[in-house]
Amino acid sequence: MSETEKPRGPSRAPGWALWLPLALFGGVFALVVLGLVHPASHDVPSQMIGKPLPGFALPAAADGKPGVATRDFQNGKPRLLNIFASWCIPCGVEAPVLAELARQGAEIDGIAIRDHRADLAAFLARNGNPYTRLGADDVSAVQLAIGSSGVPETFVIDGHGVIRYQHIGDIRPEEVPMMLEKLKEASQ
Amino acid sequence: MKRLVGLVAGVALFGASALANDTMPAAPYAYRQLSDPAKEARAVALMETIRCLVCQSQSIADSDAPIAGDMRSQIRQRIDAGEDPEAIRGWLVQRYGDYVTYAPRVTPVTWPLFAAPLALLVLAALLLRRRFKGGEKAS
Repeated sequence: MSETEKPRGPSRAPGWALWLPLALFGGVFALVVLGLVHPASHDVPSQMIGKPLPGFALPAAADGKPGVATRDFQNGKPRLLNIFASWCIPCGVEAPVLAELARQGAEIDGIAIRDHRADLAAFLARNGNPYTRLGADDVSAVQLAIGSSGVPETFVIDGHGVIRYQHIGDIRPEEVPMMLEKLKEASQ
Repeated sequence: MKRLVGLVAGVALFGASALANDTMPAAPYAYRQLSDPAKEARAVALMETIRCLVCQSQSIADSDAPIAGDMRSQIRQRIDAGEDPEAIRGWLVQRYGDYVTYAPRVTPVTWPLFAAPLALLVLAALLLRRRFKGGEKAS
């Protein structure tokens, strides 16, 4: 018992450790503010950009317009592929913008997702029909194959059938020049 | 009161988005099991680890969203045709990225998730060894 033993009490923390909790709080606070200013996006971007369109052939969705197939995108001219549905409210909002794109020379093919023929006919009668071709995808098969996760989405497909760009959500009027630019880029 | 208004607005909004849905009948195998129980079990195991694309943190097995039903139907049909579940998972990851799978993969981005627990275990072992050695000396 004569051995001298150092008392093993709590060792003194360095002075800066006093500020550690405040610094931690500051860090968490900054994260919260960042999350409020830049909310996380819930878009799921397609990983198929730069890859060729998967093979598909959809039957016609409306009278007077042919269906859509992969080979239609291999004629050397870039086109827009619009994924939409008559039951989708933003798609109705987007319709006049698509009409404007068509007026400015964009060729647009449409794929109607899970749509009844009569509903789609009423939608086209109400909003106009800017589509060259119109395919019916009743089980979202093509939608899944190209990595689209909702309606509306618009893909730019180049003249060789390669997916070049994906626009998620409705195209706003101010985005028309951007989409035309993407089409032009796809033709180079 | 403000909170109540928020709640009512939220319910109203959800109601509106529920209306904005299609009335198409579900895909053939969205709600129908495969007749072969072994195949059905494989399909369900896969569906439980595939994320619904339009829901918050639900697997496609849990979700009634139409696109989740279409994904279930496609998965069941492909497994019925003899496709390997992991090949189907790969097909989906190729289209939607890692977001679509709940089974984490080791990639250049995710490896720290797997390495961190191991590193912590090693660190803890080192610390404990020092502590126990110190204890032996002290006694």
